[in-house]
Amino acid sequence: MMEELTHLDKLEAEAIYILREVAAECEKPVMLYSIGKDSSVMLHLAQKAFYPEKPPFPFLHIDTTWKFKEMIAFRDRTAREKGMELLVYTNKDGLRQGINPFDHGSAYTDIMKTQALKQALDKYGFTAAFGGGRRDEEKSRAKERIFSFRNEAHAWDPKNQRPEMWNLYNTVLKKGESMRVFPLSNWTEKDIWQYICRERIEIVPLYFAKERPVVYRDGVIIMVDDERMRLMPGEKIQMKKVRFRTLGCYPLTGAVESDAETLEDIVDETLGAVSSERTSRVIDKDAGSGSMERRKREGYF
Amino acid sequence: MSGLLKFITCGSVDDGKSTLIGHMLYDAKLIYADQKNSLILDSRVGSRGGKVDYSLLLDGLMAEREQGITIDAAYRYFNTEKRSFIVADTPGHEEYTRNMAVGASFADLAVILVDASKGLLSQTRRHVRICALMGIRHFVFAVNKMDLAGYQEKVFRAIAYDIEKLMLEFTSDSRAIMPVSAVEGDNITEVSLKTPWYQGKPLLAYLEDIDVSGKKADSTFVMPIQRVSRPHAEFRGFQGQAAGGSLQTGDTVFILPSHETAKVNKLLAAGRETGEVTAGQAVTVVLDRETDISRGCVLVKEDHFPVCRLFRANLLWMDDTELVEGRNYLMKLGTKVVPATVLKLHYRTDVNTGDRIPPKYGRKNDILNCDISLSEKVVLNSFENCPELGRFILINRVTDMTSACGTICHPLRRSDNLTWQNLDVTREIRAGGLNQKPCTIWFTGLSGAGKSTIANALEKALVSMGRHTMLLDGDNVRMGLNRDLGFSERDRVENIRRIAETAKLMNDAGLIVLAAAISPFSSDRKNARAIIGGVFFEVYVDTSLEECEQRDVKGLYKKARLGKLPNFTGVDSPYEIPENPELTVFTERNSVEEIVELIIQRAGL
Repeated sequence: MMEELTHLDKLEAEAIYILREVAAECEKPVMLYSIGKDSSVMLHLAQKAFYPEKPPFPFLHIDTTWKFKEMIAFRDRTAREKGMELLVYTNKDGLRQGINPFDHGSAYTDIMKTQALKQALDKYGFTAAFGGGRRDEEKSRAKERIFSFRNEAHAWDPKNQRPEMWNLYNTVLKKGESMRVFPLSNWTEKDIWQYICRERIEIVPLYFAKERPVVYRDGVIIMVDDERMRLMPGEKIQMKKVRFRTLGCYPLTGAVESDAETLEDIVDETLGAVSSERTSRVIDKDAGSGSMERRKREGYF
Repeated sequence: MSGLLKFITCGSVDDGKSTLIGHMLYDAKLIYADQKNSLILDSRVGSRGGKVDYSLLLDGLMAEREQGITIDAAYRYFNTEKRSFIVADTPGHEEYTRNMAVGASFADLAVILVDASKGLLSQTRRHVRICALMGIRHFVFAVNKMDLAGYQEKVFRAIAYDIEKLMLEFTSDSRAIMPVSAVEGDNITEVSLKTPWYQGKPLLAYLEDIDVSGKKADSTFVMPIQRVSRPHAEFRGFQGQAAGGSLQTGDTVFILPSHETAKVNKLLAAGRETGEVTAGQAVTVVLDRETDISRGCVLVKEDHFPVCRLFRANLLWMDDTELVEGRNYLMKLGTKVVPATVLKLHYRTDVNTGDRIPPKYGRKNDILNCDISLSEKVVLNSFENCPELGRFILINRVTDMTSACGTICHPLRRSDNLTWQNLDVTREIRAGGLNQKPCTIWFTGLSGAGKSTIANALEKALVSMGRHTMLLDGDNVRMGLNRDLGFSERDRVENIRRIAETAKLMNDAGLIVLAAAISPFSSDRKNARAIIGGVFFEVYVDTSLEECEQRDVKGLYKKARLGKLPNFTGVDSPYEIPENPELTVFTERNSVEEIVELIIQRAGL
């Protein structure tokens, strides 16, 4: 007899089951690829799920044009090496209006992320979109189904979710409706790191500690990634050894001071963490408690 | 005990489920610093007068925090030194019972809260029954709010007695009853000094130590096929998750339902080649020969699985629409999706007494026992023998909602199949097959009012929506069925009667009927309504006589004015305007499209 499956083995099998269900039952799936560690894990799982076949769906990156340079370089190299079909979408109208994270606050997130995502899904007519969301990330995510039904306007109705029993996912849709699917729902941040470590999954180097140019702003460490960064009066750029627990648009993503240079270091650091990873996301603090749910109702992931 | 424990908290409203888990996480220092800070901040504006409100850790939706209730299950992940846990904190309100069942479907153990001051409520009993239905075999009863009961042993004992009595109905592998206070933290992470008469462990320690692995029978290999992968001509792999047993390369497998056999040439587990796969793994199987396999087939090592079309099951009904015998749904079982008809409702279980009550129909949150027949033979098993092939959901074919979840008691073979032979094929069954609600839309109005035009446009719209329809146009019917009738009053009455009887037959066949006839007399229309019954929907097409005369598409008004058409409605015979039609439409004000849209909406087509 073989040994019993480990916790990571079970999470992996569950995610693969979900990926295959979507590929088998949904008309036109797509995988959101945000370049972060969760996306790297999803891409890895998609390759394992269908091997030797390539994942039978394209990947979509919503590019706000404010991602870290290293993320974009990583994205393009990964797409090339893995031979993935990568679609990149930017809200051109928002770009023309000059919407940026410094002047427009939560409108920036709405226009360049939520609206852009909805435009892209409509443009290609995707009926199911995989996201890397995990229930341990945030309170409203903790309430969401693995197969999250969205109406014609891409909106989530948290008070009327379809019952989701066992692993029997109801994927029936009418025209215009869609599903957001979260294969990593039951993973925690620690599981993600342990899995990356076990499978030696390549991730953006920004996750590893290194001397980087940063400023300290309202208790958040912001990296100065390019010349568009606006400094407040009195702010000085300094070199600090930092790394990132989550990645997004650089002016909105906080770094943590760290010496973790290897995956093993990161796992150790994560196991001892006293704060949740979302503390490093500026946008989550913007509107206080309930802001994530509000964005999800409007069509955000 | 090592390994993951998946559990739920359930029980009635306000029994303190979210508070219990929140307090446990807080005391065991299992929350992050920022979560603790926001909890303390949120509590300041909360209802507990500034004291920490632990439930806010879990009630994550805005509506939940506003109303102070739990609406949907929240999942929390935590580790102690001994074990990893996933807890689903589920709602107590009867309205959200389905969300409690979602949590129960995922758990190995249930922590059921009982309010010490209220005892076992209907909703608590309902939750216990649902847990049992969903396959939970480990139960912990936390008798909560012991602080409000003065920590009295006799209060606890009385409730414990009721619990033991209730549990006689169910098979359970483990059971514990403990006195706790979720608000004060008694017996949550540490033994409370206020209940010296309680000898057991505190809740967290109990959960750390409980073994839920069960005695696993020597199960045999089963794998429902999720997907067939053929990236190129040389590779054909069958993807799925092994549901039981193990499989090695070189083994012979049976393919169900065809009973073909083949040898395993190659095995992949999560994309990596291996010599053996085991239950729970994501598998790809390559066989040694061409076989007829598609999604929904099942690979087994021993060919003893029932392949059948009929079975007995227990259901939790979750839909607002009632369940009636004969209604058709989509069933998902394993990876198979197939049309299913609920044939016979045997009984509903009274949540309080456990009595079996013969039901006329099933209502939301009912626990029902019934026979289900499928449109084709499917590989299935009893829930007890093989959970993966013994559980299913029913999907409403109109709204697409998940209407019910259920577990199979046992397959029924042809010889057991008396219910099927006894069952009359009713209008509901025929309509269920067509996936629609039959009715008759009766258009009345002057000649030239626009009845046929609207009926035609409506029919096109309905067909494009996938509905099955029949248009009965007064003029056309007169050329066939009613060829023998003239325009005397007696013949006009007979004309309408025949149209109504025909409409009724077609409704019985499951069709949506559109009848367009001047039908000028209200007595005739009443008669038609009586024949057709509750599904009669009268639409008065209100167009002025002047407008009709001006349109005069068929030149009839001209003839009538010249005296060539006696008894012509509007000219020398009256039109009695309907007093209470279901709908009046105005062709001089609204476009045909608008009117069609309105009818579809109002008649709920």
